[in-house]
Amino acid sequence: MSELAVAGPDVRLGSAETRPALRFLTCGSVDDGKSTLIGRLLYEQNLIFDDQLASLTRDSKKYGTVGADVDYALLLDGLEAEREQGITIDVAYRYFSTKRRAFIVADTPGHEQYTRNMATGASNAELAVLLVDARKGLLSQTRRHAIIASMLGVRYIVLAVNKIDLVAFDEEIFEQIAADFTGFAASLGFKDIKAVPISARYGDNVSARSTRMPWYAGPHLLDYLETVDVEDNRDGKPFRMPVQWINRPNSDFRGFAGTIAGGRARPGDEIVVLPSGKTTKIKAIYTAGGKIEAAHAGDSITLTLADEIDVARGDMLSALRDRPQIADQFAAHLVWMSNEKLFPGRSYLMKINHGTLGATVTDLKHQIDVNTLSKLAAKTLALNEVGVCNLSVVRPIAFDPYADNRDTGAFILIDRYSNETVAAGMIDFALRRASNIHHQNLTVSKAERSRLMHHRPAVLWFTGLPGAGKSTIANLVEAGLHARGVHTAILDGDNVRHGLNRDLGFTEAERVENIRRIGEVAKLMTDAGLVVLCSFISPFRAERRMVRELVDSGEFIEVFVDTPLEQCIARDPKGLYRRALAGEIKNFTGVDQPYEVPEKPELHLMAGAKDAEKLASDVVAELVRRKIV
Amino acid sequence: MREATAEFENPVMLYSVGKDSSVMLHIAQKAFYPGKPPFPLLHVDTTWKFREMIAFRDETVRRLGMDLRVYINEDGLARDTSPVASGSAIHTQVMKTEALRQALDKWHFDAAFGGARRDEEKSRAKERIFSHRSASHGWDPRNQRPELWRLFNTRIRPGESMRVFPLSNWTELDVWEYIRAEVIPVVPLYFAKQRPVVERDGVLIMVDDDRLPLLPGETLRMMRVRFRTLGCYPLTGAIASGADTLDAIIAEMRGSTSSERQGRVIDNDESGSMEKKKREGYF
Repeated sequence: MSELAVAGPDVRLGSAETRPALRFLTCGSVDDGKSTLIGRLLYEQNLIFDDQLASLTRDSKKYGTVGADVDYALLLDGLEAEREQGITIDVAYRYFSTKRRAFIVADTPGHEQYTRNMATGASNAELAVLLVDARKGLLSQTRRHAIIASMLGVRYIVLAVNKIDLVAFDEEIFEQIAADFTGFAASLGFKDIKAVPISARYGDNVSARSTRMPWYAGPHLLDYLETVDVEDNRDGKPFRMPVQWINRPNSDFRGFAGTIAGGRARPGDEIVVLPSGKTTKIKAIYTAGGKIEAAHAGDSITLTLADEIDVARGDMLSALRDRPQIADQFAAHLVWMSNEKLFPGRSYLMKINHGTLGATVTDLKHQIDVNTLSKLAAKTLALNEVGVCNLSVVRPIAFDPYADNRDTGAFILIDRYSNETVAAGMIDFALRRASNIHHQNLTVSKAERSRLMHHRPAVLWFTGLPGAGKSTIANLVEAGLHARGVHTAILDGDNVRHGLNRDLGFTEAERVENIRRIGEVAKLMTDAGLVVLCSFISPFRAERRMVRELVDSGEFIEVFVDTPLEQCIARDPKGLYRRALAGEIKNFTGVDQPYEVPEKPELHLMAGAKDAEKLASDVVAELVRRKIV
Repeated sequence: MREATAEFENPVMLYSVGKDSSVMLHIAQKAFYPGKPPFPLLHVDTTWKFREMIAFRDETVRRLGMDLRVYINEDGLARDTSPVASGSAIHTQVMKTEALRQALDKWHFDAAFGGARRDEEKSRAKERIFSHRSASHGWDPRNQRPELWRLFNTRIRPGESMRVFPLSNWTELDVWEYIRAEVIPVVPLYFAKQRPVVERDGVLIMVDDDRLPLLPGETLRMMRVRFRTLGCYPLTGAIASGADTLDAIIAEMRGSTSSERQGRVIDNDESGSMEKKKREGYF
């Protein structure tokens, strides 16, 4: 029973036997009959309870689309709103078991705008039932779903050619669709494709052989699902266990808890802790109730080690010889899941193997057209788009390519501000250059430079709407600091765009890159000991935070130059608002692009009410108060 | 469970005393073995639970040495909220949903484990394992985070919280088979016994104390019954059954043609009512 030690999403008791449940997803185009098929499966297994059937019959009259018959799809389309629209908008999970096997079914939406839901359902599935309407044959959506399933590592496909009753049970049509699909999917790496002609509405070949298609000699759908072997020999893979929890009930016991993501473990096995690279042996393996002699892939266990070495949550325990890759840069596939687009250069949080760390997309190589697999040039990814990119993380991590291990090669990206899950990622390979770039340690330290200059370095970051007075105030502050003997430098939006960043425009993605480069330059200048004054609209919190995190703590002073929009428009020193309001300039902050107000700036200047001289002296006073100058 | 405990500052396990809670608590014992689960239990007591549930709760806590917090909505009590006088909807809203919100706020819990399963009810089928709640404890089913692989996004802002459902992928039958396999103690009410019941609106209600007055035409009778699910006794229907062992319960369930929550008066108010309650912060 050790596999039940902790209920993860995969862990569930198969009621028929101890064999783990088969996780599959159903996908296909809108109206191909996915929900109807599952409803029918449950019904035929007598798994719909009387009271559910009564409520289904009642609901069928109200929302149903099949006249007087029971609309099985309503059983699955759970939430009220989507019932009224007649589409499945989320992933619905269903559980059923037969005498031979237990099943977990993820029912995912068909519309293109729900690619992310399908990817979610596929991430935990071993098999996909892909529905095709016999009257329509393969559609672009069918291809897309096959491509996404393949990308997420689903290796078994059932091609359910549905509504076969509506083409008079025609064998030729079925064979043609099956051949079309097999041809199309040849490059997708599926291990098995099984085509079955069915009618979900009438139950043909769903859980019993249909008598209306004597030409079909294969198994019915349920028969195939009950018997297909999807085990891909996880036990035979090299040992991996990402550390989830340090188990320290008392000072005598220090165990490392997690779920084995590949291979087997026995006491005495030599292992390595990554990324630190320290080696040791497994001392003992615990599950509830005591020690055990061996643990397998999928088991949830606590290990103790022979030596006292540093192990933290997020580290990986691995077999000594067959180690995972370690890198801080790698290539990966991303499925974008947020309404807010991907910005290369922006710092996101990556969650991988129980660790969370900062990550940046350094290079978006191309977008993938999920209908055709062709490559498209792209500067960003929007909701439901898939791309291939290079990522950089703040410290080296251990992982396997996703194709080798779905558990240790997958990650999610999280937006730092909204905490939304913005992307699902699958690592392809480590970039070799990661191990070649080492930080050069400098002989003269920041503190030593600071002593020579008699002040500390800092980044004064003036942010605010166009025309708020950022540059004016920054110039006055610099004059004031210069008079006190402070070494300064100014980075100004307009000037930087004439040189360093002249290749960048004003789209959101280019604004992000603009700020990233400026942040790096400002960091170099603080290394040199300067007080750097930066005046940039910098409308996004995420980028301001990125610069904040680049420099040492206490060095970043965010100065919010808060001038009311009406006042900025009235001032309009460069005549830009006038042109933006007339539609001549696109992507203008305050007009057709938002400005995200700083939440906790170090200094909040009410710039509408005071004159620039006074505001500048407030800034200098703040630097004195902070003991920077 | 370890994931949530590692990521949150102040997790709590909602312990409703039912079979799912018993399984969840048992799994927690295993997940942290040889240590103890590093979080307290919270029981939201509506004051209308079966007496045997309360006795079982206290015994379990003593046996396992867990820290139990009991919360009662005193304000609701002061207003005489009860399933008999106020009706099931108001009682549930005040003594369960509001009480739970108050309890989570009182102790500043930022993550709460619950024993809900996706197979219970249609809107629960779409519930996440890590389910994000706003600062006012509301659930927004349209705006849920996708859950891929076993990578859970546990990040919340100050004031917000997470509900965590470790048994999401279990079915009722799984729960019973696990209870049998692991020999987990459960409240005796799940086993058939002669009990005093009254039939009301087609539901068999057990009269657990003298707070439930009989209506004209109703008679109290002794029947051999058991419960598939446990809640407030005036709102929980019993089933006529002779199943008095785990084997008998599992056998009965395999042949069952009605779902588990059929006896729950609160679910039948109208179709989609669970989803409405969940948006307001019900488990």
